[in-house]
Amino acid sequence: MKKLIGIFGFMLFLVFLILEATDRERWGDNLFNNGQRIGLAGILCIGAGLLIITGGVDLSIGSVVGLCAVIFCWLILDLPVLAQKHLGMDIYVPVPLAILGVLLSGIVIGIVNGVMVTYLRVQPFVVTLCGLFIYRGLARSLRGDNVPAIREHVEDLSSFFKGDFLAVPTYIWLLLVLASLVTVFLHMTKYGRYFFAIGSNERAARFSGINVDLYKILAYVFCSLFAAIYAVMYVIHYNTVQPSNTGNFLELYAIAGAVLGGCSLRGGEGTTVGMLIGASILVMLPTLANMWGVRDTLEPTIIGGALLACAVLDEFLRSRSKT
Amino acid sequence: MLQQIDVRMPPLLTATGICKAFPGVRALENVRLQIESGEILAVVGENGAGKSTLMKILAGVYTPDAGVIELDGRPVAIRSVKDAGRLGVTLIHQELNLAGHLDIAGNIFLGREPTWGGPLRLLDRGFMDDAASAIMRRLGLLASPRRLVQDLSIGQQQLVEIARALSLKSRLLILDEPTSSLTDSETTLLFTVLSELKADGISILYISHRLKEVESIADRVTVLRDGRNAGELQRHEINHNGIVQLMVGREVKQFYQRSRGDGARQAAVISVRGLRWEKSQRGIDLDIAPGEIVSLAGLMGAGRTELAETLFGIRKMAAGTVAIDGKLLRIRRPKDAINAGVFLVPEDRRVDGLILSDSVKHNTSLASLSLLSRFGIMQRSREETLASAMCERFNIRTPTTAQMVGNLSGGNQQKVVLAKWLSRTPRLLILDEPTRGIDVGAKSEIYALMDALAHSGAAILMISSDLEEILGMSDRVLVMHQGNLAGSIDREALSEEAIMHLATGGGAHL
Repeated sequence: MKKLIGIFGFMLFLVFLILEATDRERWGDNLFNNGQRIGLAGILCIGAGLLIITGGVDLSIGSVVGLCAVIFCWLILDLPVLAQKHLGMDIYVPVPLAILGVLLSGIVIGIVNGVMVTYLRVQPFVVTLCGLFIYRGLARSLRGDNVPAIREHVEDLSSFFKGDFLAVPTYIWLLLVLASLVTVFLHMTKYGRYFFAIGSNERAARFSGINVDLYKILAYVFCSLFAAIYAVMYVIHYNTVQPSNTGNFLELYAIAGAVLGGCSLRGGEGTTVGMLIGASILVMLPTLANMWGVRDTLEPTIIGGALLACAVLDEFLRSRSKT
Repeated sequence: MLQQIDVRMPPLLTATGICKAFPGVRALENVRLQIESGEILAVVGENGAGKSTLMKILAGVYTPDAGVIELDGRPVAIRSVKDAGRLGVTLIHQELNLAGHLDIAGNIFLGREPTWGGPLRLLDRGFMDDAASAIMRRLGLLASPRRLVQDLSIGQQQLVEIARALSLKSRLLILDEPTSSLTDSETTLLFTVLSELKADGISILYISHRLKEVESIADRVTVLRDGRNAGELQRHEINHNGIVQLMVGREVKQFYQRSRGDGARQAAVISVRGLRWEKSQRGIDLDIAPGEIVSLAGLMGAGRTELAETLFGIRKMAAGTVAIDGKLLRIRRPKDAINAGVFLVPEDRRVDGLILSDSVKHNTSLASLSLLSRFGIMQRSREETLASAMCERFNIRTPTTAQMVGNLSGGNQQKVVLAKWLSRTPRLLILDEPTRGIDVGAKSEIYALMDALAHSGAAILMISSDLEEILGMSDRVLVMHQGNLAGSIDREALSEEAIMHLATGGGAHL
C-alpha cells in the first residue's frame, strides 16, 4: 500500500513537471498525446502484470504483438485472396471478425506457452525466450516480410479511437474498461486469490486443492490475449505493421511497467492500479526527458535507470522496515 | 560437571537484562542467561516464549533494545552475525543454510576459501580437502569432502554446519531444534558429537521441544516463559515434569487426551486396496473406521509421507483402489480428495501448508474459497467471520486476522493449517507430523482437537516420528518399512519396542 502511494506520488510529480515544462496553451494537447500512449502501453502492462503475479514471466510478448498484428492484416488482406485462388470462393473478412481471429490467436499462443511451462515443466524463461524467436519468425514469414497496405481497412476505427469521449482519449477509456475487468478478477474473485496464492507459494496452493497448472495456463493466456489486444490497437493506431520489428522489446517495457507498478518478479504481489501507474510512468518519463532536451536515443537508458532506482529504493525500504 | 569448573574463571558468556520489543510484542524482558565453558545448556520454553529472539540476539541477527552481553567477563557488542562469528558464537538454524550444489569442503570454507598463487587467488583444493577431512573425522562424518551437500542426509548436512562452525573456531554453538528432522540414529550420533565437543571445552546452547533429549543431554536447563526467565534446573533436578511445570507455569495433568469410544466396529471410512505409487512396491491395504485414530509409524524415508500424498492426490497413484464410505474414489488431484472429505495437514507447514507472507484470514480460507464465493466473487464478510471464528475455536494467538502468518509462532502456525481444513467437515484427516517443532501447550491443544474430531465420527491417520505421541494417541498403529506396510499393532499390544521392531524391518511382512 505504501509502495502504491509512493509511485502514485511520483506519477503526479511527473505530470506536474511535464505541465511545468509546457506552454499553457499546449497543456491539453500534451496530456492528450501522453494519454493515448498510456492507453496503449497499459494494455501490455496489465497482461504482463497478471502473469507476474502468478510467478510467471513472458519474454515473448513483443513477438506475439508482431505476429498478432501480421495475422490481423493477413486475415483481412490475404485470406480472401487465398480463398479465391484455391477454393474459388469469394469471401470478405470484416474487421470485427478479423479482430476476433487475432484474439483467438493470442489465446492459442498463451495456451501453448502455458502448457509448455506446466505439463512439460520447462522453465518459463526458456519457454518464452524460445517463443520470442519462434513467433517473430512466423510473423516475418506469414506475409513475406512485407509492410501491408492496411490503412483503408481500419480508417474508420482509427479515427474513432484517435478521438475522445468527455475530453479523455478513447484509448484511456478502453484501458479503463479492461483494467476494471481485471481488477474485479484479481481482487474480488476467488480466481484472483488463486493467482496470488500460486505466486506466493505454489506448493501450498497445490496442497490446498487449487488446480495450479490450470490457473498458470490461464495466466499465460491472459498475457498473450492482452498482447493480441495491443496488436489490434497498434494496427488501428499506426495503420501499418513492420513484421520484422513491430513489437520489438515490448516484453521488456511491459515487464518494466508491471514491476515499476509494484509487481514482484518473485510472484504473489501486485495490483491493477499499480500496473496502470507503472505504465504511465513508463510513458511520461521519456516524454519529460525529451522536453528537457535529452536526446530521445537515450530513452531506454532513462527507463532502465528509473526501474533500477525503484528496485534499489524498494529493497532499501524493505530492509529498513525489517530491523 | 559444574563443580569441576575453576570458580575463578569467568563464565564463557553472560547476558543480563536483555530486552527486545517488536511492533506490538514484547519479546524479551530483562532476561538473563549464563553459560560456562564446556557446558551444554538447554533453553526451553513454549513457542513465543522468546527463545529464538534471545538466540538471535546472541548470534548478532538482532540487536537488543537493552542489556549487556559479556564474553569471558568482558562486555562485548554483538551488532551483526559477523561480530558474533569473530567472537566465536555461531547459530545453527533449524533450517540449514548450506549451498547444496557445492561439496562438503566448499561449504565448510564458503566465503573464506584458502588460495594460492598470490594475486591469481587459485583455490587451494588440497588444503581445503585436508582441513575439511580433519574436522569431519572429529565429527564422525564419514564421507569424501568432495561429496555434494545435496546428496547428504539431513543429519550429515547438520554435521557439515557444525564442521563449518568448528573451522571458524567457534566456542559457543547455538543449535536451534537440531533434531527436528533427524532420525533416531542420527540423533544419537549428534549427541555423541556434542558430548565430544563439550569435552573439548566448546559450549553448546541447545534449544529443543523434545524434553526427553533435553533430559539426556543438558547439564543445565534455562526455562523462558512469556519473554522472561521462568526458572533454572541443575543437572540433578532435570526431569520432564519439572521442565513442563516451569514452561507452562502450572502442572499439565492430561497431556495426551484420548478418550476412546466403545470401539463398536462400523463400516470403514476409508478402504485402500493394493495402493502403489511406485511400481516396485507391494500394494498397501488399509482400513480406518469412523472415530479411529490410526498412527503411521516408521523411519524417515519409509514412505509414510508418500502414502499420505498419494491418498491426497499430490502424488500419482500407480495402482490400487481407494473407497471413501464404501464409494470408490478416483483421486487424480487434491481437489478429488478434498471433495470426498479427505484432507491433509502436510509435514512441512512452512513450505506446503501455509503462505507465510499472507494473512491468517487468507490462509484459513484458502481451501474453501469456492464455498466462500458466489459466481466466483469472494464474499469477504463471510471470509472474515470464518477466520475470526476459527481463531477463537482453535485459540490461535494473533492480534487480528490480518496478521501475516509468518509472524506467528510455530504452534499457532500449525493451528492455522488445522483451521484451514477443520472449517470444513473431514471424513478422513491425515496429519503428517502434526506437532513437530511446536510447544507443549499447543501440542496438548492439538491432541484435544484430534480427540474431539474422532468423537464426531471422522477417521484420523496420523504420521508421527514421536513414539511417545504415537503411544499416547493411537487406537492402532501401522508401521511402514521401505515403502511397504510392515505390520499393524493394536492398542493392547502397543509398545515402543514393538514399533521399532517392525520399523527396522524385523517383522514378518503383511
